[in-house]
This record gives sequence, C-alpha cells and structure tokens, in this order.
Amino acid sequence: MVQAIVFLPLLGAILAGLIALFGAHARNPSGDEVEHHDHGHHDHGDHAHASAAHDDHGHGDHGHDDHHVSEPPAQGSRAAELITTGLLMISALLSWIVLVDVGFQHHDYRIALFPWINSGDLQVSWALRVDTLTAVMLVVVNTVSSLVHLYSIGYMDEDPHRPRFFGYLSLFTFAMLMLVTADNLVQLFFGWEGVGLASYLLIGFWYQKPSANAAAIKAFVVNRVGDFGFALGIFAVYMLLKTTDFETIFAGAQGLTGKTINFFGWNADALTLICLLLFMGAMGKSAQFLLHTWLPDAMEGPTPVSALIHAATMVTAGVFMVARLSPLFELAPNAQAVVMFFGATTAFFAATVGLVQNDIKRIVAYSTCSQLGYMFVAMGAGAYSVGIFHLFTHAFFKALLFLGSGSVIYAMHHEQDIRNMGGLWRKIPYTYAVMVIGTLALTGFPLTAGYFSKDAIIESAYVAHNPFAYYGFAMTVAAAGLTSFYSWRLIFKTFHGEPHDQHHYEAAHEAPLWILIPIGILAAGSILAGYPFKEVFAGHGVEEFFRESLKMHPHIIDEMHHIPKTIAWLPTVMMAIGLYISYVFYIRRPYIPVQLAREHPMLYQFLLNKWYFDELYDLIFVRPTKWLGRFLWKKGDGFVIDGFGPDGVSARVLDVTRNVVKIQTGYLYHYAFAMLIGVAGLITWFMFGLGGQ
Amino acid sequence: MTTWPILSVVTFLPVIGAVAIYLTRDDDEAARRNARWIALWTTLVTFAVSLILVWRFDAASADFQFVEKANWLASGITYHMGVDGISLPFVILTTALMPFCIIASWKSVTVRVREYMMAFLFLETLMVGTFSALDLVLFYLFFEGGLIPMFLIIGVWGGPRRVYASFKFFLYTLLGSVLMLLAIMALYWNAGTTDIPTLMNTAVPRSLQTWAWLAFFASFAVKMPMWPVHTWLPDAHVEAPTAGSVILAAILLKMGGYGFLRFSLPMFPLASHDFAPLVFSLSVIAIVYTSLVALMQEDIKKLIAYSSVAHMGFVTMGIFAATTQGVAGGVFQMVSHGIVSGALFLCVGIVYDRMHTREIAAYGGLVNRMPLYAMVFMVFTMANVGLPGTSGFVGEFMTLLGTFKVSIPTATFATLGVILSAAYALWLYRKVVFGALTKPSLASIKDLTWRESLTLMPLVFLTILFGVYPKPVLDMSAASVQQLVNNYNAAVTAVKAAALVAQ
Repeated sequence: MVQAIVFLPLLGAILAGLIALFGAHARNPSGDEVEHHDHGHHDHGDHAHASAAHDDHGHGDHGHDDHHVSEPPAQGSRAAELITTGLLMISALLSWIVLVDVGFQHHDYRIALFPWINSGDLQVSWALRVDTLTAVMLVVVNTVSSLVHLYSIGYMDEDPHRPRFFGYLSLFTFAMLMLVTADNLVQLFFGWEGVGLASYLLIGFWYQKPSANAAAIKAFVVNRVGDFGFALGIFAVYMLLKTTDFETIFAGAQGLTGKTINFFGWNADALTLICLLLFMGAMGKSAQFLLHTWLPDAMEGPTPVSALIHAATMVTAGVFMVARLSPLFELAPNAQAVVMFFGATTAFFAATVGLVQNDIKRIVAYSTCSQLGYMFVAMGAGAYSVGIFHLFTHAFFKALLFLGSGSVIYAMHHEQDIRNMGGLWRKIPYTYAVMVIGTLALTGFPLTAGYFSKDAIIESAYVAHNPFAYYGFAMTVAAAGLTSFYSWRLIFKTFHGEPHDQHHYEAAHEAPLWILIPIGILAAGSILAGYPFKEVFAGHGVEEFFRESLKMHPHIIDEMHHIPKTIAWLPTVMMAIGLYISYVFYIRRPYIPVQLAREHPMLYQFLLNKWYFDELYDLIFVRPTKWLGRFLWKKGDGFVIDGFGPDGVSARVLDVTRNVVKIQTGYLYHYAFAMLIGVAGLITWFMFGLGGQ
Repeated sequence: MTTWPILSVVTFLPVIGAVAIYLTRDDDEAARRNARWIALWTTLVTFAVSLILVWRFDAASADFQFVEKANWLASGITYHMGVDGISLPFVILTTALMPFCIIASWKSVTVRVREYMMAFLFLETLMVGTFSALDLVLFYLFFEGGLIPMFLIIGVWGGPRRVYASFKFFLYTLLGSVLMLLAIMALYWNAGTTDIPTLMNTAVPRSLQTWAWLAFFASFAVKMPMWPVHTWLPDAHVEAPTAGSVILAAILLKMGGYGFLRFSLPMFPLASHDFAPLVFSLSVIAIVYTSLVALMQEDIKKLIAYSSVAHMGFVTMGIFAATTQGVAGGVFQMVSHGIVSGALFLCVGIVYDRMHTREIAAYGGLVNRMPLYAMVFMVFTMANVGLPGTSGFVGEFMTLLGTFKVSIPTATFATLGVILSAAYALWLYRKVVFGALTKPSLASIKDLTWRESLTLMPLVFLTILFGVYPKPVLDMSAASVQQLVNNYNAAVTAVKAAALVAQ
C-alpha cells in the first residue's frame, strides 16, 4: 500500500511526461540542418545575433500571468490530466487509510527497497518509512496535491502545455513523498532536491517569460545555499556516527553530548553544529528570514503551483525535517534557540512586508512565509507536534487562499493587482465565501482550524524553556495582529468597495466546477481540520498518537495547558484588533492608509521594498560574484596563468628565435666558432664519460 | 581462466579497424561511407568484447585479472597487461563511448574522413592500453601516444584557433610527461624493474618518493587538469570537433585521476600523505575558482570545459583524502563525469552543427522548436549540477563525505561548488533553451534526428540508472579501492609509529 502511495504519482508523472514529450516532438520537425530563408540576415552574422539578444530584454516583459494562447493545445492533454489526477486520488485515499492504520492502530511500516550507495561503512538504501509523522505528511501532501490536480484541469484549460504541467505536478508529488517517507538523511536529501527541481520547473513553467525564468533560477540557487548547510550536516553526522539511517542516528545521538568538532578553529559542540547545519537547509526550503527571498518571486509560477508547492507542501519540508530530527534537536538547546529566533523573526518580518503588498499572490506568499515562521517557533520550543498541527491546518487554509486567489485571478482575466479589483463579492459570491473562510482560519478566528493550531504555537512559545521564548512569544503575538490586518485588507480591497477596473469587473464570472469543487473541499478542511485533531496534536493524545516519531520536550504540553487566561486570549484579541483596524482603513475611512503612506514615506518604501533584501543581496553577493568571476577569468587565467605560462613561454621562445636570427649573420667564422665549441664539448664528454670504462 | 588474450584483443582491435580503413584507398563518397561504417563496427565489436571483461571479472578480488605477460625489451621491461577494479571501469567507459563519438561525427566531419576515423581508432587503442598497461614503459608509451592523435584531431579538424589550441595542449601535456619519464627512469634504477604490480609492493625510499611524486604529479595534474595548469583545457575544447571534445572530457582527463590512483597513492603513499594538503588546496581552488569563471563565460563549450575542471577538483580531493568513500567516490565521479560531460558536449555539438556558433548569446528559446533536445539537455544539466537521482550526485556526495572526515575546511569550501554549479549550469540552460524564440536565425531550427537521439538516449538512461542504482560501478571497484586504502593507511601508520619510537 505504501509503495502504491509513493509510486503511483511517479507513474503518472512518467506517463504525462511521455505524452508531453511525444506530442511536442511530433509538432516540431526534426532534422539537423537549418533552412535559411533569408540569406540577407545570415550575412550579418554575429552582429545580428547580438542585437537580437538585446531586443529580447526589451519587449520580453509582458503583463503578468499573460501566456500565449495562440498555440493549439497539446494532443492527449485530457488523457494526461485524467491519468495523473486519477492516480493522485487513489494515493490520497490510501494515505488516509494509512493514517488511521499508523496513527490510531499503531502499525508502523518500514519497507526496504534496494541498496543505493554502498561503500565501506557507508550503507545507504532506498527505503520507505511510515510512522505517524510521515502518515500525517502523506495525508497533507496527497490530499492537497490531488485537489490541486483537479483544480488545474479547470485553471489551466487554456494552456497549450497541459501534459507537461501535470507531469511536473505529479513529479513534484513523488519527490515530496520520497522526502517524507525517507528512512535516512540521504534519501531525505534526494526528496529535498527533487522537490527543488520540480519547483524550479514549475516556477519556470511559462518559459517564455524572462521573469519566470529568473524566479526559477533564484529559487533553485537560494535553496542550494541552504542545501550547502544540509549537506555539511549529513557529512558531520556520518563522520561521528558512521551512518545516515535515522534509527541509528537517534540511538547514537545521546552518546554525542559533550563531543566537539573543530570547525574552522571553533571547537563547536557536535550536536549543536550538526543541528545548525541541517537547519540551514530547512531555512532555505522553508524560506526563513535571510533565505526567504526566493518565495515571493516564486509566485511567477501558475497559481495551482503556488498553492501546492509554495504554500501547502514543499515549503513545509523544513519544518518536517526539524520534526523528523527532533531527537537531535532536543539534545541541542542552543540550536533550538536559533530555530526559535529565526522562526519568530520570520513570522514578524514577513507579516510587516505583507501589510503593503498589492499583488494578491504576493500577499498570500508573505503570509505563508510568516506562518512557516510560526511553525519554527513551535519547533524551537520543543512542541514539535504543535508545529506539525499548524503545518496540517495551514496546508488546508493556505492552499484554499491560493486557489481562491487563483479563482479571482481567473475571474479577472489574469489581473493580480488588488488595487484594480474591488466589489467582486457580488460577481463571484462562492469564491468570496471560501476566501472569507480561509481568512478566518488564517487569522485564527475562534473554532476555525487555524485558531487551534496558531494559539497552541503562541502558548508553546510562552512556556518554552528557551532564551528566545519571550521574543518568540512577543513576535508571534504581534504577527497575529498584523496577519489579521493584511488578510482582511486583501478581502476588503478585493471583494468590497467600489470596482476600480470597470472593464474587468463587468467581465468577471465564477470559475468552472473543476475549480469550485476543490476549493469547496479545502474550505471544509479549513474549518474541520482543527477541533477533531486538537487532542492528538496539541493535547493529551500526543504521546499515544505520535509515539516514537517525535521526541517532544517533556512537560511542554502540560505547561501549555496551565497558562494564564489572559495570555491564552491575547492572540484572539490581536486578531480582533487587526480586523477592526483593517475595517476602518479599507471600508470606513479609505483615505487613512493613503495618508499614512504619504506621511511616512521611508517606512512605507522600506516595507514595500521588502526591507531591501533583494537589493542588499544583489550588492553583497551577486555583483561581487560576477565581478570576481570575470576578474579570475580575464586576469587570473588570461593574464597571470597564460601570460606567465604557455603564452609567455612561447613569446620568450619567439624572442630567442629572433635573437638567434640575429646571430645568423652569414659570416662563416661565426658558424665555425660555434661548431668548434660544440666539438670541444663533445670531446670532453667522451673523454670523461666513457674514459672511465 | 581465460584461454585467449582478451585484453590485448580489446586493446588492438581498433588498430585492425584503422588498418582496414587505410586499405580502402579511394577518397570518394563511397570510401568515406565505408570508413564510417568500418569505424562504427570496429568500435561496436570492441565494446562487445570488452563486455566479456565485465562478465568474467571477479569483483571480489582486488588482484589484477586477465593478466598477459610476455618478454619485450630489456630485462625487467615486459609486455604486461591486466585490469583491476580501478582500471576496468575506465576501459569500459572508453569502449562504450567510442561508438557514440563515431556516430556523432557521422555528418559533421566531411573532410579527410578516413584519416579522422583512423585517428579515433588509434586513439581508442592508446586509451584502452593506458588503462590496462601494467608496465611503466608500456604505460608511458600508451599515455604519451594518446597525445598524438588528439593533437591531430584538434589541429586538423578543429575550429579557427585550432593551431594555437593544439600547441597549447601539446606543450602543456608534454612538459608534464618529460618529468614523468625522468621519474620512471629513477624508479627503474631503484627497483630494477618497471613492472607496476612489483613496484606497488616495493617500498620506495622517502626522498625518492617525494621527487617521484612531484614528477608524476606534474604530468597527471596537467592531464586532470588541476588549477593552475588548466588553461589548455578550455581552449582545446573550444577548438576541438565535437567527438574530440567528448573524448577529451570523458576519457583523456580521467587518465590523470587514474594515474594518481595507480601510481601516486600506492607507490608513494608517504609523499601522497605529505602533499595531501597541497592537493586539497589546489582542488578547492579549482572548484571555487573555475566555477566562478564558468559563471561569466560567453561560449557554451568553454563554460562546460570550466565546469569540467571544477568537477575534476572533486576527484582529486576525494582521491587524496584516501578514505574508502573518497577514493571510491573519485572513481565513480570520473565515470559519471565521463558520461555526463561527454553527453553535454554532444548536446553542444548538436546545436553547433545546426548554427555553427557556440556563442551563448546566439541562442535562446530552443525549447520552442526542440522539445526533445530541451529535455535531454535538462537531464544532463541537472546531472552536472549534481542533483540526487543522477549519477553526478553520487560521486560528488561520496568524495565530499570522504573528505569531510579528513579535512573539514576542504570539504566545506568544496561544498560551495554545489551552489556555484547550480548557478552557472542553470544560467546556461536558461540562456540557451528557455525564453521566447525571437532570433530569426533560429526560426527554422529543428529537433533531434534519430541519429542524434541514438547518441543521447543511452546516456540519459545511464545517467539516471547510475544515479539511482550506482551499485554496478561501486561494486566493481570496491575491492581494489579497499585494498588501495588499506595499503596506504598501513604505510602511513607505520611511518608514524616509527616516528614515535624514534622520539
């Protein structure tokens, strides 16, 4: 059953990929010669190429989400859609069965497949491991993925490259499943990079858009910065424990306390160093503060991709990784402090940026970033199940918000700027209703899913035994208010008030059923995913539900239940305040935000430009790297090595030759003299060399 | 065990093919076609025979197998052939890639076809000979002999600056070789034989170790190529014809790594140990420096050539870490790089044949007209980046893992290559393949033909197979690698123990 869950999406990906490939190949002729219709152009040669390259930048920047629809749809599109979606639905169904089996009936699975990398004492195998933590992830991934597949059938109906799109979606799902079922760090890394690849391909799905290509590369490279740490973490684990298998690592972790690693002269505590390195990977994948810059740009991809990868599943891989390695993190309190610090900072930072964004998807993206910060706060507090709880509920309501935004974008014919929307609730009431449900859940409105999980995180931060506990608490509470403000701002500006673009408004219409059904299901999940699961994720059922799969901080759940009432109500109060201010700003007195922005231009620009991180990184990383690359190429290779090496030598040889030519004066006695010296040398050599024998 | 000299057959079959081509004297279209077919069949048969080696090879044994020995020159210099787990993968890599090279040259080479095919067949003999020679003099002949056909291939069938490139290539490698020849003579005077297995079991005095190590190093470092003697490689690649680039990147570079494994580590373990920090530094510089340089290239082939230097940096680092994973990873990385870089150069050749330019700026948006090509190129780009699931990952991962135990700073800096390789490889892909197809010159470009698919699809298959299931290669080399590492460690520990006693 577990094999079916994991490999059915792969099968779908392969089939859809083949359909896409054969279809595309059939449409494009093959041949190894180029017919040159216009010979005039050919004569221009390189200059023409160069000017064409410049033009490319000029008119390449079309409007947002505007893909060319003139191409006919690929053959077999419907087949590819149905195959991948059908297989995913089977996987999703099986995942729920497995969750019941593993979570409530305590049947863990460990299925060895075949060996992977074996060398000396390095033994890495392909294996599928399903314990409760994995089972929860299986449910999240497959449920959201199958709904997103279904949704995409409607959303992408005008796209000519649907088989490719569905192939990528299923490929992503497969990689994500390999990630969550990993039984060792290397397979985790495989899934990790696999989802990175799928994310790269999907962000750059509309490959004709330069901005999409740039965003795709940025996502991959920034993630690689995190992977740099992840890889080093694996090496360090292997160096100390001679294994990459989770079981063996956890068994040996206790023995590592007090050991140190000499890391560039710093005698680091081994466990702390390992956890920090691995966490660096998590920061990249989960877009945490400093490595977050790729996530907003990733919105260049089609909206279903944003919902699946950049909200519900892939970006939570970092959270999953920390939870999976909870036995290590529990032994490294300093690393936990760092986790909490970054989580809290991200939660607050991303929320502040979300306040002023105008692109509907970017607002939701920053919100995702912020919510991921929440999850890491729980991880830092040692309340892993609580973080996973938020991961679980967040998958529903954030996927809902993205898919709902997609429905808005669909209705508005690929308009994404909320300043051009307004009053839409009359036109698309169903979408409006589900978006409000998603917003309620996100802001933690009582009894919605987000209410239970988010409040639990804030409580866990309050009781955490962590130097940054109060920092985490303060930041998450503040972020709760900000979240409420920007989420309602999105709703108010999109659906209420007067329409700002009459033309688009008139044409707005509700999306087809392919789109409405999945968001309806997710809306139900956004309400129902909270209360029924409260006990097993954040109550007294945690022990029994998660068993060995998580190593919780002892007592944290108990302590969470004994906090002062005022603290417990604080997030809800913050939510109400945010809602109220948002209401005043965008419904009652819409001139206030404009005025505020005018009075505080510095602050407004600072937030609008995302704290200037992109500019800063460009200045301190991108430009110096390019400069260095060019410098090393031209000066290092060209001037120093070649100059003093081969070219220099050959130049010297030429000099010598020239001098030799000068010697060739033509006078006989010069030659005679030279010959005489030679003969003298030869005789000397014979006398001393052979004379001895 | 074997009743017929199978290794000699594999080695010298291509020469027979070359002679057969020579005998077809005419130079009309029919003769050219014959030359191509003879070359193709020769390489295919050679590959088939070499598979018998795989089939009969006993992977559990670290000894040399299929050994042939005959008197040859003076005392102590014999015709001695044999393979072990370290050399066999390279023999197979060579014989396996040759048919691809012939097919890739099918249409792109139109002048002096007979001579071209003969040069390639001679080159194959010399390469296989290099990897299976068990006598230093024999090795030296094969090793240096390989220079001549390659020199001709670049110099005759190359691009506009071919003469500069071929001389640069020749001078660099020859300079290293001269030093190696001196070291070989020194070893002969020391032990009275040039028999490699004997020399591997003969302790070499420490002072001689140092000098001999340096002399061998000079030769292998140029071949590898290691920073700072790498600058011949980009020029040679840029000017070489497609198949020449494939052989250069896939096989000739591996001779350096093979040399380290066959000579430096087993014969001069102490010197290797002493010089390991030097090699580490050069490897790390190679990885970071050439990756940075690759970022800024404007020529597709040059970019891939620089990335080759970076990938070879992982190999040298892993080998001199002298841990099981490091050395095994080095061997694997070389095999994997042989497949991947060879395939990348084939990919470049395909668009070069169509457009006759290698300038990155001349391309863009190929995916719109060449979807199959885009897919294949993507697989190899990802393998070059070292994505898990492709063969590129396994080698990189193992060498880094093996090195981390020995030197954390080295492994850490080398891991930076993971970020940089993603940057340059994806940037190249974006500029060449993605984007809108706006350049008029590309408007009528066509997708892969059957012939081209035939050269690339098997390599796609191998790249993914060895990424998911690298066991065939790892197992083949495991025993020999283990013995190599054990002997090395024994030698180093013995000296350390002696030093302790002396104190």
